[in-house]
Formats: sequence, C-alpha cells, structure tokens
Amino acid sequence: MWNYTDKVMEHFRNPKNVGYIKDADGVGEVGSMACGDALKLMFKLDGQGRIADARFQTFGCGSAIATSSALTEMIKGKTLEEAEKVTNQDIVDFLGGLPEQKMHCSVMGREALEAAIENYRNGTNGKRELEGHVVCVCFGVTENRIRCAIGDNDLSTVGQVTNYTKAGGGCGGCIPEIEDILAEMKGSKSPEEKSAEPEKPARKKMSTLEKIRLIENTIEQDIRPELKKHGGDLELLDIDGNDVIVKLIGSCTECGMTRFTLDTLVGPKLREKVSTELAVLEG
Amino acid sequence: MEKVVYLDNNATTRVAPEVFEEMKPFLTDLYGNPSSIHTFGGGVRKYIDKAREQVGELLAAEPGEIIFTGSGSESDNTAIMSALELAGAEKKHVIITQVEHEAVLEVGHYLRSKGYRVTELPVDRKGALDIDLLADSIKDDTAVVSVMWANNETGVVFPIERIAEIVKSKGAYFHTDAVQAVGKIPIDLSKVPVDFLALSGHKLHTPKGVGVLFVRKGIKMPPYIRGGHQENGMRAGTENVAGVVGLGKAAGIAAERMSGDAAHEQTLRDKLETGLLVRCRDSLVNGADRLPNTLNISFEFVEGESILLLLDDLGICASSGSACTSGSLEPSHVLRAMGVPHSLAHGSIRFSLSRYTTEEEIDYVLEHMPAIIERLREISPFTPQTA
Repeated sequence: MWNYTDKVMEHFRNPKNVGYIKDADGVGEVGSMACGDALKLMFKLDGQGRIADARFQTFGCGSAIATSSALTEMIKGKTLEEAEKVTNQDIVDFLGGLPEQKMHCSVMGREALEAAIENYRNGTNGKRELEGHVVCVCFGVTENRIRCAIGDNDLSTVGQVTNYTKAGGGCGGCIPEIEDILAEMKGSKSPEEKSAEPEKPARKKMSTLEKIRLIENTIEQDIRPELKKHGGDLELLDIDGNDVIVKLIGSCTECGMTRFTLDTLVGPKLREKVSTELAVLEG
Repeated sequence: MEKVVYLDNNATTRVAPEVFEEMKPFLTDLYGNPSSIHTFGGGVRKYIDKAREQVGELLAAEPGEIIFTGSGSESDNTAIMSALELAGAEKKHVIITQVEHEAVLEVGHYLRSKGYRVTELPVDRKGALDIDLLADSIKDDTAVVSVMWANNETGVVFPIERIAEIVKSKGAYFHTDAVQAVGKIPIDLSKVPVDFLALSGHKLHTPKGVGVLFVRKGIKMPPYIRGGHQENGMRAGTENVAGVVGLGKAAGIAAERMSGDAAHEQTLRDKLETGLLVRCRDSLVNGADRLPNTLNISFEFVEGESILLLLDDLGICASSGSACTSGSLEPSHVLRAMGVPHSLAHGSIRFSLSRYTTEEEIDYVLEHMPAIIERLREISPFTPQTA
C-alpha cells in the first residue's frame, strides 16, 4: 500500500482538468502504455499569452493521475515563461509529497510540460523524441534525461535515478552506465574523463557492401544480445537504400512492444553505429 | 470496520472460526513445551502428532513425511537447497519455470550467481508449459526440477502428475510449490511421485507463520536448522504449537469440504468472470485451465493500481500485476512470461475467492466495476474515441 497524501488521493479521486482541447496551442506527450504510464498535456493561451486552459489525459497509477491534475492547476494563469519554471519538485510540494518510488510521475509531468511548450514555440510534434544516446532500453530513457533528473533533483544513487526516471528499473543492464554518469556528475571523475564524451566516429563514405556488413555486425554484437535478454530475437530481411527491413521474433513478436523496441533499441543503435540516415521498418 | 469485500485469497485468507477455536487452548492454558518431560508440557505433543496426521491425510502422505516450517517460502527454499545437497556437488543444473513464485525464482537467481546452470522453462500465451521441452531439458547433471502445482497470479494448474513421473524417470529430484493448490484441488501424493512439496497455512485459513515441507519417505534429508530434535531433527526450534494445531484443523476441514468449496468458488468465479467480460468491453482473461477460485483479468487502456485504489474506496480487496503496485517498474513476471502485452499486464486485476465469498459480494463488484473502468478510461489518452 502506498502512503499517498490526502492531496494526492483528492487529485486522484477527483482529478481537475481531465480532457482534451480541440484547438490547443501546445500539446505534449510523454510515456507509453508499454512503460506503464503516459501523459498527454494540452494548453490554450489567452490574448496576453497566459495559459487560459490546461487539460490532460493520463494512463497510469494513482500518483500519475494526481500529478497530472496538479500540474494543470499549477500552470493555469501563468505565462509560458512562468510555467517553464515549474519543476518536478514544485509538483511534489503542491501534492504534499510523493512516495520516493513514484517520483518519476512528477518528472513525467515536468517533461510533458516542456514538450508542450516546445510544441507551441517550435511547432514540433509534441512527442518527446529519443534524442541522443539511449541508456535504458527497457524504458527508453536517454542520457540527457538522466542527467537532467540528476541535476534538477540532486540525485546521488542509482536507486534514486530509477525512482525519478525509471532508468535501470527493467533488466538492469544499464546500471553500470548510470553509475558512471552519477560518478562523473558528482565530480568523482577527473575533468579529462569528463570531457571524454563518447565521440562520434567520423565516418567515411561506405560502399553498399560495407554498409550491409556493418549493419549485420551491429545487429549481431549490439542488438541481438539485448533482445535475447528478453527472450526475443531479430531477423534482417532486407536493406533497401537507407531502409533496414527487419522482423522481430521470439517473445518480441507477442509483447506488443515491437514498435517501441524498434524505436528505442534497433533504430538508435543502427543510426549510432552505421549511419544517421538509416530507417528501420518492420517486414 | 467498514465494509470489506475480500477477494484477495491468493494473497492470504481469513482464519476459519473452527481453526481459531482449535488453537485457543494453546494460546492460553496449554502453553507447555512439547519437548518437556512433565505431563503439562509433554502432553501437548500428541496435538502436534494429530496435526501431522491431518495434514498427511489431506495430501495422502504419511505423518512422518510432514515437516512443519514457518512459511511456504521456507519450505520452497529448503526443498531446493536440500535437493542440491543430496544430489551432490557434481550436479550443477537446476530447472524451474519462469512463472514460479519468488520463493523459488529468487533461489534460482541466487544459484545462478553461485555457478549453477539454472534453466527457466517458458510458458505459452495460456500459461501452459511445454512438457516435451521440460523432459528434454533434464540432463545427466540435473539435480532438481521445481515446478509449481498452481500459479498464484493466474491460477493456471500444471500437470504435476505427468511432470513428476518424467522427472523421476530421469533420476532428478522433483519439488513442487503447492502453496496455491493445496485445499483447492485434490492432491494425492501416494500416486504422484514428488520428492518435496511446499504448502502454506495462511492460504488455507490458518494464521500466518506456519507452513509444511513434505519430504518423501526414504530421502535422507539433511538437517537445515540445527540445535534440537524437533521435526525429526531436520528443523530445530520449539514448535509453533498453536499454528501447527490450527493448520492440522484447517487441513481436516479442507479434506472434508474441498469439493463443495471448490464448486461454490467456481460458480461465483465464473459469474464474476462472465459478468465482467460482458459489462466491461476490451477486457480479457489471463490463463487457461485454472484453479476454481482465481480470475486474472486485464482491462485495456487503464492501469491496475488506479483500479485497485478505486476498488479500495469501495472496500473491495484485489491485487494487480501492474508495475506500480509492486514497487518495481516492470509488470508481473508471470504475465510477461505468458507474452501478455505490457499494456494488458499493466491493466490486470486478480480476484481470488474463498469458501467465505458470497454471491452478494460478487454482485457488488459487478455493480461497481464497469463504472470504475469507464471512469479511468475517460482519463486515459489511449481509449479509442467512440463516435
């Protein structure tokens, strides 16, 4: 049984601002059904650039619904510049606290808000893309998000990072990498190491044959072992220009996360190792 | 107390009033130590002996094959570790299933870290094992095979009769975690050649803190708690007399009432199942060939903890395979092993009934569940928009 505050239970039982804004100015979507929680946040601005209306739709546990409700209440009446300053800790404080293992709900709220504001400003599609290096394949958490959560909330252990971002909470394969990120951010590594950001190898133009070989190698060495941890596998069906056509097999086919796996593991890995232009398609 | 509709009997059960009555004297006047020489203490021993007979009768086992323990988990751990010791150091292979209770699963993980090969057998979408694969997995160096009799989350029952015969024909030890099966379906150990079996009192209307490890006659079980002659020298420690006496009584009641109770539970479970499937669209049942008392049902587009919290507001107790309820981030390992998509696993609810479940309680759930699901679906971004 979670120890939810009365305020959390109130916002869960009677959530404010559930719904949809047809002509929203900003829309942000984070999470997925596979991950266990997801939030779609929408806002509408008034003539003065203040948030006149904010609505949400949430799939998730009690605290996910409560944080969504709280967030919409908190940002109403604010300008985007003011809303931007709302941190996940502000959401937690508004609710009178959240269980430590539920902190990721508040981070999800904060991220949905960022995505919605960015959608308004830059016309992005409002979905958080997995930009950069994906550390946690199970939950699709990027290095950047882990760094933000550590910095914003002054986290110091892997357990805390998992509570705030979910990273490390699945197969656990990325825990050493999270430890490295923590060690580096907490300054226990030398500046030389700090600057040793994973360098993007300069790529020379590959022949088609080289490209095919590199794709095969990457699947064999970097992708297949990850899939096998979950009882799955993958078959390379064809390569058509920059389209890599694959079929997931084993438990991957039934898990309903095919698209998720392709987007968070197969695609990023192939783009990282072979060519940024590759697209992965299901055969 | 406010209204409680208790449908979480695979987690624990209410103590049967008859069991409590039977225990009372041992919590008040008859507090002697059964190992004492004086009549006041030593006289208590015969009640423990009687309980051992009662449990033996429920399982068609001999009283000498029954060791009283502190829990089902203790029994599971002990069975596997003892089998390894008996099999000898050169046997480095252990077989379990992916859907075992943590009391077996985590022993497997531990053994793997200690250099054992641990095979975790998969299950199919219905939760069933591939028996041929199980047979093929047994190698010359397989020390022990552990397969649960019935699954706690889905209620899926495994064909332990067949499995036990296959394992014994290949010369490995066979353990079964029967915590969920005992008292719900007939178990005849005079016919099923298991070496070890674990059961738990509190799933059988006894208080928490007492379990049983069945050890087949002839197995030279090494002592695992030293320091006393209790439990045939295998498990030292002054007996939990009241708990043991209660468990004996509960076993007696189960033996007597099993078929009637099972029919009662199944009728109500089927009513709940059909009612929910009809009233809540986009719902489906997890697992086939189940215990009569268990329903594991998934509701699409919504998440289990939210459902449980709203049920709790109505006094309805159930459990969920969703990640959020477990404190972990992954949904139930059982549902994942069955290949239930994450989206459905997160929205799974387990109702488990007992002999005390009433039709009014089932009607109460059927009355309120559709509104709970609808309410959460209105909030969910994944609910398809209906025209």
